[in-house]
Order: sequence, then structure tokens, then C-alpha cells
Amino acid sequence: MDAPDQIFVLLKHAVVSWFPTPVQPWISAVLSIGAILAVYPMIFALTTVIERKALGRIQNRPGPNRVGPAGFLQFAADGIKSLTKEDIVPRAADSVVHFLAPLVVVVPPLLALAVLPVGRNMVALDLPETGLLFFLMVGTAVELGVFMAGWSSHNKYSLLGAMRAIAQLLSYELPLLLSTVSVVMLTGSLSLNAIIGHQSEVHAGVLLGWNVFTPWGAAGAVLFFIAALAEANRSPFDLPEAESEIVAGYFTEYSGFKFALFFLGEYLGLFAVSGLGITLFLGGWLPPLTVLSWVPSWLWFFGKLAVLMGIFIWLRGTLPRLRMDQLMRFAWQFLLPMSLINLLVAALWQYSTPWPHLLRWLPAAILFGIPYLLYHRAFLRQHPPRTYRYAS
Amino acid sequence: MLGGGILHGLAVTAKNFVGSFTDPERLVTLGYPEERAPAKENARQFPFLVFDGADPQAGLRCVACQICEKECPPQCILIVKSKTKKPDHLGKPQFFPATFDIDLSVCMSCQICVEVCPFDAIKMDQEFELATNDRFEGLLRHRDQLARPNAHFQKLHPTDAAAIDARRAEELAKAAAAATAAAAAPRKPAPESPPAA
Amino acid sequence: MPPEPVLSLAFAIVAGLVLGGSVAAVSCRNRVHAGLFLAVALVGLALVFLRMGAEFLGFIQILVYVGAVAVLIVFAILLTRGSDSAHERRSNAPGIGIGLAVLLWGVLAWGILHRSPGAIATPSPPPSMAVRDLGERLLREELLPLQTVGLLLTAALIGAALIALPEPGISPRPSGSHGSAGTETPPSSPT
Repeated sequence: MDAPDQIFVLLKHAVVSWFPTPVQPWISAVLSIGAILAVYPMIFALTTVIERKALGRIQNRPGPNRVGPAGFLQFAADGIKSLTKEDIVPRAADSVVHFLAPLVVVVPPLLALAVLPVGRNMVALDLPETGLLFFLMVGTAVELGVFMAGWSSHNKYSLLGAMRAIAQLLSYELPLLLSTVSVVMLTGSLSLNAIIGHQSEVHAGVLLGWNVFTPWGAAGAVLFFIAALAEANRSPFDLPEAESEIVAGYFTEYSGFKFALFFLGEYLGLFAVSGLGITLFLGGWLPPLTVLSWVPSWLWFFGKLAVLMGIFIWLRGTLPRLRMDQLMRFAWQFLLPMSLINLLVAALWQYSTPWPHLLRWLPAAILFGIPYLLYHRAFLRQHPPRTYRYAS
Repeated sequence: MLGGGILHGLAVTAKNFVGSFTDPERLVTLGYPEERAPAKENARQFPFLVFDGADPQAGLRCVACQICEKECPPQCILIVKSKTKKPDHLGKPQFFPATFDIDLSVCMSCQICVEVCPFDAIKMDQEFELATNDRFEGLLRHRDQLARPNAHFQKLHPTDAAAIDARRAEELAKAAAAATAAAAAPRKPAPESPPAA
Repeated sequence: MPPEPVLSLAFAIVAGLVLGGSVAAVSCRNRVHAGLFLAVALVGLALVFLRMGAEFLGFIQILVYVGAVAVLIVFAILLTRGSDSAHERRSNAPGIGIGLAVLLWGVLAWGILHRSPGAIATPSPPPSMAVRDLGERLLREELLPLQTVGLLLTAALIGAALIALPEPGISPRPSGSHGSAGTETPPSSPT
């Protein structure tokens, strides 16, 4: 039908069909795994360069501009450097756990990326029953890896970083899970393909029914991406590796390629959780308008991923790091109640289907608006507007 | 508004981001080895010896008076006075440094040697790319390496150089006038050249 | 799915993972290692669920037990003095533990063999483990037990929050009241 859309699917079928039938499932799996292992680290490499350049521009400096055209081969130089550096294991470290920790951090995001549908018919591992659950299950394994890294290094900064990381990951997992639950409630399925399919109905002739265009979807997306930033240890939630406080957090004692693996794992986790957010709220590989459906579906997915990365870089360049108690308070006193309210809003949305469209927004506006105003008042009471006696 | 501060901050950084592309005033970074900031006249790094004319040996202004060696706070200058004399720019026979070494690894760029030199023979250079793989010999500059033509000084510090050149020309003219006067009245002793004004 | 032999290679690997992890978890001198081996054993159990076609249970097993319980266990070991256990003594009475384990195993084995003698030889089609069926059973037939468990957990949560609250009379620390961060208690905010 439309070749550009299905080019990779057709290519894979062509390659697989060269092989005898008994090995075809294996070849198919190997091709899918190879694609994941090739594409996402490549995006990671590009993201690091673009992030450094963008952060530089935000600070009115050019950023890396030496290696390759306009500095875009900086990642190659970094990779070679980290590969050729000496791999140092502290004498006091628990060497086996120290060795395993980077693997435990890198493998789960790769597994999670396998279930994300990146285009029409393009999903490496389709779990029609439990796709979303698989993703969330795999995401929790990272905590153990972080703990292993921090504990085995036998270094106080590593341990502090690990403790911060675990506290943060456990606290923000709850809002993350709860904001995905609203999507599952409305879709009635844990399959990521079904969730995308549910968003493909057309409203008003042109606009596709992305979940983010509903009240619970919009609030859920905001909650989800805040929690996702925290889960991925991104600024402003980068306390576990706060370099101005605890050197490099849980991977202080890692050097060379293991350090690069932590870096890779962190970005892969960010891609995975952003990809999940795209799938759940931003329509996956669906175009926003029906007239744009001639653009290949995988371009939509990776374009949305690029936009999200841009926003995350922008946030990183803007926001200062939170303090630990602020972090905890934000998770337990703001995100968690709000995501519970979001569940209620989602349920009301589901049961008010026959209502006129604008009327359905009303309960959501009330349910979100009142807590928002209450939070605003509480915040103002705790932090009254600053007055400066001497500065302007 | 709760969260309004975040939006405000995002607006600020966005302004910076866009501004760094559109406004050259914002992006002040220079790509150093290829692009260089214009040299400041008063910048100084390490001392060099000034010579006049084409021959660094004959035109060296230094008379090996060793004031700078004595004044140098970190004691980085080593001067050995010559046994013979050579004529200075006025034609007077003067000693000259047989050895003039400056250890740049010790020098602290204080410019005291320049302040105390009565002969305008030592001045501050602006060369700063002095990296070497030998910290003993590589940073020990000898007389012939230190000698730079007056044109170099004029280029680095045009204001100072112009004043000094004018004064030296004046001295030269006076000396020439005295010489012609002495030639006219050979009995009288030649007057001492006045000290530098 | 074609019928598999009971002792296939995959089963041997999974069983080895569970058994090895469990044995290591109880015999390890280093408590953090023991906790990590426990996580390995729990992953193995999840793989057992997956092999039996219970995807949901397997994933939930990892999500809850590895992602939360095992992490909390090692975290608790870390926060107490337990992680520094070079001179840890062995258990006083290992016989009691071994005896209990054997007893439990015996009861389970007897129960399985007694209840369905033919179940191992000819596996019947497993009950539906589809997520929708599970949900409907939980929220229709098993609603009362579910709500009871929920109430119990809420009570436990409130109790934990009460314990974490600063005691009246003792002024809370001026700053950084996040000592119990990470456990399921909201941070005690000085009001």
C-alpha cells in the first residue's frame, strides 16, 4: 500500500524469507533485536551531542563544535575515550556486584524498548495481553541495579546516591503507574497496540483522538512526564547523581566503559519512558491530523520522541535541582493525590460519554481546579512572596 | 500562579537559546586557536630584550647593569657581564650581557624588571602559547631567544614604544649635536649626555 | 503449544535459578548478597509463572516482589547496620529452619499429590489467566476479600504514617525531615 510507511516491515519480511522456515522466527527475532540495539544507542549518541549543544546555547556558548561537522561527531570521540580508559574497580568494592550493576541498569531499558510500537506493524515484541505491564515490570528492575552500583562501590557518595535514587524511584513509581492506569481504564486493555488503536478515532473530521486531548489525558500526560523525568533521573530530579553534591552519585566509582554503560542506560530509560508516554498519551505513531497520514508512521513516533527530548533538554537547562525533602513532598503530597484525582476524572469521563462534549470537561475542570487552588494557597502560605529590602 | 515560575524560567532560557543564534552580542565565545581576541595593548606575559636595527647582537639595548637581576622578586634572571665592550646607540662603549637567561617557569610576570630598567632594554611580551614538553630547558630562555627587534615592541605596545623612540631620538640628536660641537671646539671636554627626561 | 517434557532444559534452568537463588539467599553470610539472591529467586519464580502461561502473574511477581519488596529489603539492610557483616555468626539452630522447610515442602507435596493424582501426568487446560478475567473475578466474586485486604493495607499505612509523625512535645528537627524517605509513609511535614 504505502511503501515508505512499511519499508522496514517489508525489508524484514524479505530478509526473513531468504531463510528456511525452521529458523525464520529466530532470524526475525535477531533482526528486531539488532534494530533496537542499533537505533536507540544511535539516538542516544545524537541526543548527547544535541543536548550539550542546546545547553550551551541556553547558556550563550556554542557547546561542542570541534569533532566532525559542527561538532556532531563528538559522541564518537566520547565513546572512543570511554572505551580506551582504564577500568578501575576499587579495592574495597564488592567486585562481582560492582561488575553486574551496569548490566542490570542497561538491560531493562532495552527490554522495555522492545515492546514499544514505533510504527504501524512495527513492534519487536507484541504482548497483546500484558504489554504495558511488561514495560512497567522491566522498569522496576533498574532500581536494583542502581542499588547494586551504589552499595558495591563501598564509597559514601555512591551509597548516598543509591539511597537517594531508591527513595526517588520508589516514590515516583506510584504516580507513574497511577497515571498509566487511567489510560488502561479507558482503553480496557494492557496492549500498547490496542491503546494506540483506541486513540485513532477521528474527532471533528481532522483531529485524531489522542488521549492528551481529553482532560484526564492532559493531566495524566503532565503527571506521567513529571514522574518519568524523576524515574529517568533527569534534571530537575537528578539528585541521585547530583555532581555538585555527591560527585556522581551511585556511579562515582565507575570508570571507562562501565561509566558509559550507566550513561547509556539512563538515556535508554529516558527514551523508553518517553516512548511509553508517547504511546499512552500522544497517540503513538499516529499523526495529529488525518491530512498528515501520508507521513510514515515511524517518523511520527521518532519525531514525537525528538520533540520530547527537546523539551527535556530545555527543562534541564532551566530548572535547578530539587532538595531531597522537596522531592519527596512533591511526589507524595502533590503528584500522588493528583494522579488519584485523575483516576476519578477518567472514570467520570468514561461514564459521561453520552453528554455533550463541553459538559464532559466541566467535572474535570472542577476536580482539578479546586485542588490546584488549594495547593496554590498552601504554597503561598508556606512561601509568601519575597520582599527585597535592598535589591530592586 | 503555581507553576508560573517554571514557565517564566522556560521563557528566559528560550530567549537565551534563540538569542545565541540571532544576536552576536550574546554569543561571545571565540573559537580560540583559529579565532583570537584582538590583543590588548597593556597585556603582558613574560619579558623579552629589545634590540635596535637588524643585528640582535649589535643592537641589544641591555648594558648588563644587572638592576633587573637584583630587583627580580622570584630571582628568575641570570646575567653575566661581558669582558669586552660594544658601542651603544649613542656610540658609547658599554658592557653587554654575555649571558641573559630568564626562567619562565619561575617568572611571575610582575613587570618589575621593566619598571626598573633605565635603558628601556627589557619589555613585556604578549606571547602566551609557551607549552613545552621539557620544563627545565624548554622554559629557560637564553639571550638570543629573548632578543626581539624594536619593531616587535612597537607592534605590541605602540603608545609606550612611540614615547621611548621619541626620547631616544632626542638623546641621539643631542649626542650628535654635542659631537659636532666638540668637533668644532676640540679643546673643551665633551659634555655628559643629559639623563633621560 | 506442543506438550513439553516435564524436565525440559528451560525448566531445568528456571528451577536451578530458583533453587540456587534460594539456597544462596539463606546461606550467604553477607546480608546484602542474601537480599540480592532473594531477588534472583523471585525472578526465577516469575519465570515459572511465565512458563505456565500466566503472564500477568509473572509480571506482577517481578513488579511487586523484585521491584518493590526486594529493593525495600536490601534498602532496610542498608539503613540498619546489617550490610557490614564480616563477622556475622551463623544461625544458632539451623535445624529448626530446615525442619520447617522440609515440613512445608512435605505438606505441599502431599497436598498436590493427594488432591489431583492425575494432574501431573495429564495437564488439564489451565484456567484462564487473562487480565480481564482476573479483574472481573477480583471485583465481582472476590470483592469482599479484596476490600478487606485494601482496608488492612490502608490501616497499616496510616499506622506507619503515625509512627513517622513527630511526637508531640518533641520539636521536629529544624530541617531535612526526610529520614524515612522511600518507605511508604508521607514525609512528616512540620506544620
